[in-house]
Amino acid sequence: MDLFEYQAKQLFAEYGVPVPQGKVASTAAEARAIAEEFAAAGKPRVVVKAQVKTGGRGKAGGVKVAENAEDAQAKAEQILGMDIKGHTVHRVLVEEASDIAEEYYFSFLLDRANRTFLSICSAEGGMDIEEVAETNPEAVAKISIDPLTGAPANVAEEIVKAGRLPAAAAKGAAEVITKLWDAFAGKDATLVEVNPLILTSDGRIVALDGKVTLDENAEFRQDLESLTAPEEGDPLEVAAKAKGLNYVKLDGEVGIIGNGAGLVMSTLDVVAYAGEKHGGVKPANFLDIGGGASAEVMANGLEIILGDPAVKSVFVNVFGGITACDAVANGIVQALELLEKRGDDVSKPLVVRLDGNNAELGRRILAERAHPAVRQVDTMDGAAAQAAELAAK
Amino acid sequence: MAIFLNKDSKVLVQGMTGSEGTKHTRRMLASGTQVVGGVNPRKAGQKVDFDGTEVPVFGSVAEGMAATGADVTVIFVPPKFSKDAVIEAIDAEIGLAVVITEGIPVHDTAAFWAHAQAKGDKTRIIGPNCPGLITPGQSNAGIIPADITKPGRIGLVSKSGTLTYQMMYELRDIGFSSAVGIGGDPIIGTTHIDALRAFEADPDTDAIVMIGEIGGDAEERAADFIKDNVTKPVVGYVAGFTAPEGKTMGHAGAIVSGSSGTAAAKQEALEAVGVKVGKTPSETAQLVRELF
Repeated sequence: MDLFEYQAKQLFAEYGVPVPQGKVASTAAEARAIAEEFAAAGKPRVVVKAQVKTGGRGKAGGVKVAENAEDAQAKAEQILGMDIKGHTVHRVLVEEASDIAEEYYFSFLLDRANRTFLSICSAEGGMDIEEVAETNPEAVAKISIDPLTGAPANVAEEIVKAGRLPAAAAKGAAEVITKLWDAFAGKDATLVEVNPLILTSDGRIVALDGKVTLDENAEFRQDLESLTAPEEGDPLEVAAKAKGLNYVKLDGEVGIIGNGAGLVMSTLDVVAYAGEKHGGVKPANFLDIGGGASAEVMANGLEIILGDPAVKSVFVNVFGGITACDAVANGIVQALELLEKRGDDVSKPLVVRLDGNNAELGRRILAERAHPAVRQVDTMDGAAAQAAELAAK
Repeated sequence: MAIFLNKDSKVLVQGMTGSEGTKHTRRMLASGTQVVGGVNPRKAGQKVDFDGTEVPVFGSVAEGMAATGADVTVIFVPPKFSKDAVIEAIDAEIGLAVVITEGIPVHDTAAFWAHAQAKGDKTRIIGPNCPGLITPGQSNAGIIPADITKPGRIGLVSKSGTLTYQMMYELRDIGFSSAVGIGGDPIIGTTHIDALRAFEADPDTDAIVMIGEIGGDAEERAADFIKDNVTKPVVGYVAGFTAPEGKTMGHAGAIVSGSSGTAAAKQEALEAVGVKVGKTPSETAQLVRELF
């Protein structure tokens, strides 16, 4: 999961990484109050920064300098509620303006290809690092990190040297890098990016921005819940997560349920191809109900999908590996009964494809139940075509 | 021959006495796998009965190897304890460790991978978050259903479990030499390349199916490898063309980040080196069928 900048900076501060002083506001009045506090402390100049989990905030007008508290309120008013690449701004970070002498780039990230971690360091910070890597590759140092030893002083010094940070910044930057590694490892992060990492006019190294991604697999030993903002994400995704479902909302019309991440991804693609012949009909979601495919999980999945007003038809695509298709068929039947009992509308057409372990038996169970919404197709491609056609009607 | 696993493989199960471990040990035994022991320090010395077959429980992987000559371990222990379990297997220098467990933090996987390298890379690691591997008619180390298909001459390597099953099912009349599920996590032990290299060298494999999905650049690197190192025909399939940027699609590693890790880029890289890539699983199966 990605963190907001203000959360990333709180995490940095926890590990002793210097960050500008700042507070989060969700209204313009709050932003003004925070700016007044800074003014009272002799720092009237503040920066108002949109808190969204996407890049390009600055270019979109989501970061503005304010000269005083009144100005901070005005700037916050402009920024709050803005849409930045599909992300609504619910909060702004109001922080003391920093006196920047130089801007650098630093990150720790996952190196999938080498099955380890990587640090990236450059004296050319403040801009898109991928762009720098393209136009001036020599300015971007990539140093592999041994997960067993991390980034103690000697490794951090090597990174700083490779990134060609000037002498004035070297010592401070290396210290910060070691602390950032401690945060990266300690919080099970897969990305810690500071862009820019700045040298102030008075010679301090400060993390002026922060981007952090945490590993959801580490939830058993990390507190991720307190970092989740309530208004985050699509309401259907939030509801699905509460039911423990592996669901991603997409923008099409064919609801998808399947077992296994790879098969479900494949199902989305096959539906999109089939949809090309039916006015560009597309999959409405990703939903992997996993190996078990119990009636309850099926009912929960169907409830989420049928609750999506964009959904016109549903494609249930199950390959019985360990799961037997008769159990899946019973799950579908019971799920429909459960939903009908709850008073939910289950009239949207449901195209079901069962294959693999006990497929014959599963198909017979569905045929005998003969629910008016359910129709069966034996192949994945055929079922996708029918689901797309039904959604186009 | 097949790859990584054959009829002589002697298999230990770490976490055999847990619910998943028990269920799949029974299935592995039923498909003819030589499961020679379980590992659980708290139950060492006990025996577990699987429909008439008594399987002893050992206190450690090393003990189990010493007593049985085991050369494979299949790991079902929960995410919290997986790192220690894999490190134990590495320290015992077992030849193959198959990590089925889903949900292992990537810092733990990076740590046990680094540990394996530091110990001289003596243990092949498959997974984590994988269905394991099967050599039909000989041995089954993991959770792949053994009754989908028979022995044959197709080699399969895949990031996805259910797509592996689907492909084995579509081509069940031709049969498979070995099928290897390498797993959907961002860091995995055995890669597409490792399996391609082994299939290329395997006299029992005539053609290779390679199933990939969005995220990372493993498929692109596999394409590079195929170009200079694989003479056998390779048919590919990539899942996730419709996946939006920045969303994890079920597997922890299945995510398009910015413009990297897209299905289109993977397909393009594979096609550029002469790999035929199917648009759907059944079209992919058809491309394989044409080779036989």
